[in-house]
Amino acid sequence: MVKILIEHLSLRYADGTESLKDVNLAIPAHAITVLFGPAGGGKSTLLRVLNRLNDLTDVVHVSGRVLLDGQDILDPKTDVIALRRRVGMVFARPVPLPLSIRANLTYGLELAGERRKTRLEEAIERSLHQAALWDEVKDRLDEPAFSLSGGQQQRLCLARNLALEPEVILLDEPTSGLDPISTAKVEGSLQELKSRYTIVLVPHSIQQAARTADYAAFFLQGELIEHAAGKTIFTVPKDPRTEDYITGRFG
Amino acid sequence: MLRPTSISRLFIQRLGFSLLTLVALLTVTPILAVVGYIAWQGTPAISGEFVSAFPREGMRAGGILPAIVGTFYLTLGTAIFSVPLGIGAAIYLSEYASDNRWTRLIRIAIINLAGIPSVVYGLFGLGLFVIFLGFGTSLLAGSLTLSIMTLPVIISTAEEALRAVPQSFRVVSISLGATHWQTIRRIVLPQSLPGILTGVILGLERAAGETAPILFTVAAFFLSRLPTSPFDPTMALPYHLFVISTQVPGMPIKIQYGTALVLLVFVLGMNLLATLIRSRARARRQW
Repeated sequence: MVKILIEHLSLRYADGTESLKDVNLAIPAHAITVLFGPAGGGKSTLLRVLNRLNDLTDVVHVSGRVLLDGQDILDPKTDVIALRRRVGMVFARPVPLPLSIRANLTYGLELAGERRKTRLEEAIERSLHQAALWDEVKDRLDEPAFSLSGGQQQRLCLARNLALEPEVILLDEPTSGLDPISTAKVEGSLQELKSRYTIVLVPHSIQQAARTADYAAFFLQGELIEHAAGKTIFTVPKDPRTEDYITGRFG
Repeated sequence: MLRPTSISRLFIQRLGFSLLTLVALLTVTPILAVVGYIAWQGTPAISGEFVSAFPREGMRAGGILPAIVGTFYLTLGTAIFSVPLGIGAAIYLSEYASDNRWTRLIRIAIINLAGIPSVVYGLFGLGLFVIFLGFGTSLLAGSLTLSIMTLPVIISTAEEALRAVPQSFRVVSISLGATHWQTIRRIVLPQSLPGILTGVILGLERAAGETAPILFTVAAFFLSRLPTSPFDPTMALPYHLFVISTQVPGMPIKIQYGTALVLLVFVLGMNLLATLIRSRARARRQW
């Protein structure tokens, strides 16, 4: 089942840096889709289109359609607040809000109007379990989120999104600053989460791409070069440019 | 080839260092001298009566209560107008305004507002508030005049404090489904509050110590009762000090310095409060 359908998406920033050129891509539900390629290829830009975070930046031109369950999210009439609750984002650098661990987890829900204590408590426990963080923080929920280690902070950021029960989770190089053990924990969580969520991941290395991808899309300078199942693209890539990148001839 | 460091180079290094230390000490001296001298000359005047009684014998004896109360009211009145306005403008400039001709114009206006001599504010306040709007010589007119003078300080320090909050907090908050305003209210404002408060106190402190803006708008030479409404004139510490130093013959020196000391304690006390807030917030800040 296709969760997100991207049709003829083009985008240009005011300063002419990263851009997207006529991207067509179907992102399936309940799987991990990996967007990979060298820096400046448009991966992060595409992620930020998917929950309209690009609204905050200087985009001069967007065209095409991005359908989430058949609804065009680029439509000016889209409720972006509701969209961002459905499509969560985890950034490269863990950014806990300057609040307690508990308040980080309930932030989105409270803003959405959830006041019931039991619902909030449920969400905290569920999301921390899902992000494999529960055992480490269950006794210190009221401590500042900044007291956690980098790896714990990143899992908190993931849990914070999960607390909102989104449909899609976007991750932009979520493990780039983490040690291998923390990285493994995050990747492990993602494998468990994909049965319930649609996951779009920009990996921080080609190895991570190969490890995690159910589907993979290769981006080069704003163009989608190739898109296939992970097993296929990393073993028998069709396009010579994909092969050159995977085998390390450039990048 | 490297030569051993010569004696003369070491000497120049020492000399330079000593000179810089001396300069640093020199800058502190006037402050210490002013505070010290006023404390030394003024302390004998300080008594329970001095801070709690009305002036007597043509202000040559008694206390300065009406001036203290007046300055307190004026500071409060200035806060009522300038704090919400200043913080509101700072939020607009930092969080909402894009960089265009219009906002650049606002910024230039604010910078220029800060450069206007305080006596000009006084004259402006007289024209607009006292005469044109008919507030008369009153606390209201004085507070409004001082507010205009204080605004640039509050706006620029508050804007700086707001901008110091990392952009990543805003992006994360928005990405979790917060609106722009929810992000400001729940993340940006609480994080910048200590910085904003510091700016507010420093601005109000300047207002509390000014003479020229209140000269034509609110200050009274002598009043036998405390102000009871915003439309009453009032005595105030800086103006009272000016009066008893220049307008009253045979004034005991110690009353002049006592008045100066009370004003100084009022203003430096606010300064101390600002410093405390700032250092406590720095210690607790996590980013």
